[in-house]
Amino acid sequence: MTGKEYRTITDVKGPLVFLNKTEPVAFGEIVTLRLTNGTIKNGQVLDTSDDLVIVQVFEGTSKIDREAGVTFMGDVFKLPVSTDLIGRILDGAGRPRDGGPEIVAEETKDIIGAAINPYSRQSPNDFIQTGVSAIDLCTSLVRGQKLPIFSASGLPHNDIALQIARQAKLKDSDEDFVVVFCAMGITAEEYNFFRSDLERTGALESAVLFVNLADDPAVERIITPRLALTAAEYLAFEKDKHVLVIYTDMTNYCDALRQIGAAREEVPGRRGYPGYMYTDLAMLYERAGLVKGKKGSITQFPILTMPGDDITHPIPDLSGYITEGQIVISRELHQQGIYPPINVLPSLSRLMGSCIGEKTTREDHKSVSDQMYAAYAQGRELRGLVAIVGEDALNERDKQLLDFSGVFEDKFLRQTRDEDRSIEETLDLCWSLMSSIDTKYLVRLDQKWIDKYHPDNRS
Amino acid sequence: MSNEGVIYRISGPVVTATGMRAAMYDVVRVGDEGLMGEVIELHGDKAVIQVYEDTSGIRPGEPVLNTQETLSVSLGPGLLTQIYDGIQRPLPTLEKEMGVFITRGVDADAFDLEKIWTFEPQVAVGDAVVGGQVIGHVQETETIIHKIMVPPTTSGTVKSIESGDFNVTQTVCVLEDGTEMQMMQKWPVRTPRPFQQKYAPDTPLVTGMRILDFLFPLAKGGAAGIPGPFGSGKTVTQQSLAKYSDAQLVVYIGCGERGNEMTEVLDEFPHLIDPNTGKPLMERTVMIANTSNMPVAAREASVYTGITIAEYFRDMGYDVALMADSTSRWAEAMREISSRLEEMPGEEGYPAYLSSRIAEFYERAGRVETLNGDDGSVTVIGAVSPPGGDISEPVSQGTLRIVKVFWGLDAGLARQRHFPAINWLNSYSLYPQSLDQWFRDNISQDFPEVRTQISGLLQIESELQEIVQLVGSDALPTDQQLTLEVARMIREFFLQQNGFHDVDAYCDIHLQYKMAKAILSFQEAAKSAMAGGAQLNDVVNIPSRSDLMRGRFETGYIDIIESMVETMTTEIAATVEDN
Repeated sequence: MTGKEYRTITDVKGPLVFLNKTEPVAFGEIVTLRLTNGTIKNGQVLDTSDDLVIVQVFEGTSKIDREAGVTFMGDVFKLPVSTDLIGRILDGAGRPRDGGPEIVAEETKDIIGAAINPYSRQSPNDFIQTGVSAIDLCTSLVRGQKLPIFSASGLPHNDIALQIARQAKLKDSDEDFVVVFCAMGITAEEYNFFRSDLERTGALESAVLFVNLADDPAVERIITPRLALTAAEYLAFEKDKHVLVIYTDMTNYCDALRQIGAAREEVPGRRGYPGYMYTDLAMLYERAGLVKGKKGSITQFPILTMPGDDITHPIPDLSGYITEGQIVISRELHQQGIYPPINVLPSLSRLMGSCIGEKTTREDHKSVSDQMYAAYAQGRELRGLVAIVGEDALNERDKQLLDFSGVFEDKFLRQTRDEDRSIEETLDLCWSLMSSIDTKYLVRLDQKWIDKYHPDNRS
Repeated sequence: MSNEGVIYRISGPVVTATGMRAAMYDVVRVGDEGLMGEVIELHGDKAVIQVYEDTSGIRPGEPVLNTQETLSVSLGPGLLTQIYDGIQRPLPTLEKEMGVFITRGVDADAFDLEKIWTFEPQVAVGDAVVGGQVIGHVQETETIIHKIMVPPTTSGTVKSIESGDFNVTQTVCVLEDGTEMQMMQKWPVRTPRPFQQKYAPDTPLVTGMRILDFLFPLAKGGAAGIPGPFGSGKTVTQQSLAKYSDAQLVVYIGCGERGNEMTEVLDEFPHLIDPNTGKPLMERTVMIANTSNMPVAAREASVYTGITIAEYFRDMGYDVALMADSTSRWAEAMREISSRLEEMPGEEGYPAYLSSRIAEFYERAGRVETLNGDDGSVTVIGAVSPPGGDISEPVSQGTLRIVKVFWGLDAGLARQRHFPAINWLNSYSLYPQSLDQWFRDNISQDFPEVRTQISGLLQIESELQEIVQLVGSDALPTDQQLTLEVARMIREFFLQQNGFHDVDAYCDIHLQYKMAKAILSFQEAAKSAMAGGAQLNDVVNIPSRSDLMRGRFETGYIDIIESMVETMTTEIAATVEDN
């Protein structure tokens, strides 16, 4: 079937091309379009029948006319994979972007990716030390987890993601992560920032970059993360690597999804996003994890910017229902000049329970984390009260908690962009900060940990 | 027309076939690979099919074969401890057949057809049997006897009956009219299994979670909805219910949720002990896992697969609890299919029949007199994931219209680390009236009154809190300050429960009552001490009260709580003399 060129386009609408009188075309099949001016574009079959075929064109439909030739390639979208991928920069459709040679394929992989059998999964429980206190203490990251950063425009989410990529390691291990970086619709400036940072730290040599920038075709963004995850799966489950996938920005991805939905005249769900967006996002996020009998792992760090800082917007909302927690970046903290401006209160790591404690981090981790969180939460709440009744109206306990909330932000959250705190340093820091509160108010700390770790009891 | 047609169109999980004789809900095999699908719409010569597996690479012109059967589940010994996908394929078998990734085109038997079970006949030659009647027993797991029943639509006189070791496909009973019966039978998932009549529920499903059993009880055979935004603890609550509720069997449906969560359940359950029987939890559990990235049509089917299995065990006279996490994902699967069918949408793009489908599903819950005269129940507990936590959306509303128990999870409570984060002010249960007699007879005569007092205190607290927000708690009169203190005790000592703590995770219903009484004893003692001139601070800070509150983390608490309460009241009374 390959090779036969059709000139039977009937309609062109948004990113979609409609054509008829074809021989049977497979659902999901890859399509090449040859324009009258010689340009080649690529696409994929979205709907197929005896009478009508709908093709989604990745590079946009500009200059396509009814004379354009359409060839069906007889296969679904596949990515050539080999270990040569490591150290390469590819564009959003998987073609070399770094001037290097084509990837010589060891094999080709369907980019849609099959679902991991839940029975074949292995529970993630290896603690990843990121060196960022707020994350290590309160939203501990686990190898094989998918933990998104919920941010908003103008916030330093990229710095945080890079710091994590740089510092992430298993405790007591030098084993590095292979970073698979996937850019979707970000600016050239942002991309250069990532690239130069990866270059500076030498991480680029062991990274794979898939790049679709803001001025690249929007529809291409639909496949970019799938390529990145296909590469990640290959490296993790066939080459035993521990892969850290960073993708940014999920919001651009979802907007591309909406664009296609609108062009197909689908019934929209909330805010115009397609009703199947949950399933679609799940098909990306769920490609994280560990499987039985394989040494490698995939940990995902999706970054998304919440439109209008609104956490109930469909993109963060649907993501939060799929991912295993979230790290929320706060504009308020950022404006106070605190880096990293992580708001620990709405942040969460669902897998934290399985990775902290005596065997992995330290015996007092859970207790300290609960107490720090509770004291900070109460202190923050008191700020509201103080605004109404004044600080003098507070009792001794409340005063201490109020002061603590400031110390928490200033001493605990705040760290520099290349400060790499070990989990022990983080926990010891917590104890020294908590010592400003009278022990009798520290109700969530077990007495045995107070006896062992409280600065008053340590010489 | 024949049973074989050809593919005309493919659009995602929806395939249209022509030239095939088809009836609604017929199961068909699609394409050269024979992917499983189900007819969901007919237009003239065209049959619209939802396909349970990925359709990429399939072309128009490939064959479609109608099996003439409706989507059915296999029922028989071997169901328990299994983990299935949405269309009852065992996941371990799929792993064996295709490795760790789920590809397509693989069929798998629901359970081992060769496994030998010991069949003990319960009827004799010449007995007249009717549909639903038990003809034999199989000890399936240590705790569960699998009762082999006559299929609902069959009846006759026993011509021969076997005894001994058989597999599920061998004939164990023959009727005079020649009907042969095996231990395995099939039932279409979209048809509720028949029963004689529905009873009003009068027994609570005891869950061991204080806020649920005590304030918002659910009846065996009832239906409950748990709506909540992400991170509010829906899944933890559902898992606690699966672990500790006193149902005899549990069907757990992971519908469109996280893969790692199912793995957690799979890792954990075999090691957990059922507090009601002392046996491994897995032995009473059937699991269905169709995670969010598995085919969407199979997700749509998964809740029906689950509830049919639940009904089958109900018909044996068991109390079955079914957890569906999350029904919103099921509704979204319906929405996705409906949009591919280009149906006229209702609210938020959901199909117009959404609420009737939800109602039909929950209506399959109930306490019934089974066909064989036994008494069984299916309790349904559905999680709902409303976008942005806003329950005015169609799935939450459709659920609330039909269920009688609403356990509202609250993101604010979860952020305060108050777990289970069930909001005591807006949650409700409509069962107390029918269950109160049970509580009076089995726990204590004044149980309902104690409940009213506790919930009354929480109500007063919420009103007082509004004042406190404005003027601070010190401005309140001391009796109201005491009320706040008592309410705080209810929240921290009684409502909060650590689902991960060895002891606290499960609280005996008798102990729940004693704990509630202990709070009221504190209130009473504090009131009279303060009337005698004691200071609120002295009363609140007596050490024996903290001892009492911490005691709930120790085993054997139920035996000593009353003496701890006595110590506390004595100490409180003593604070009068100190002044």
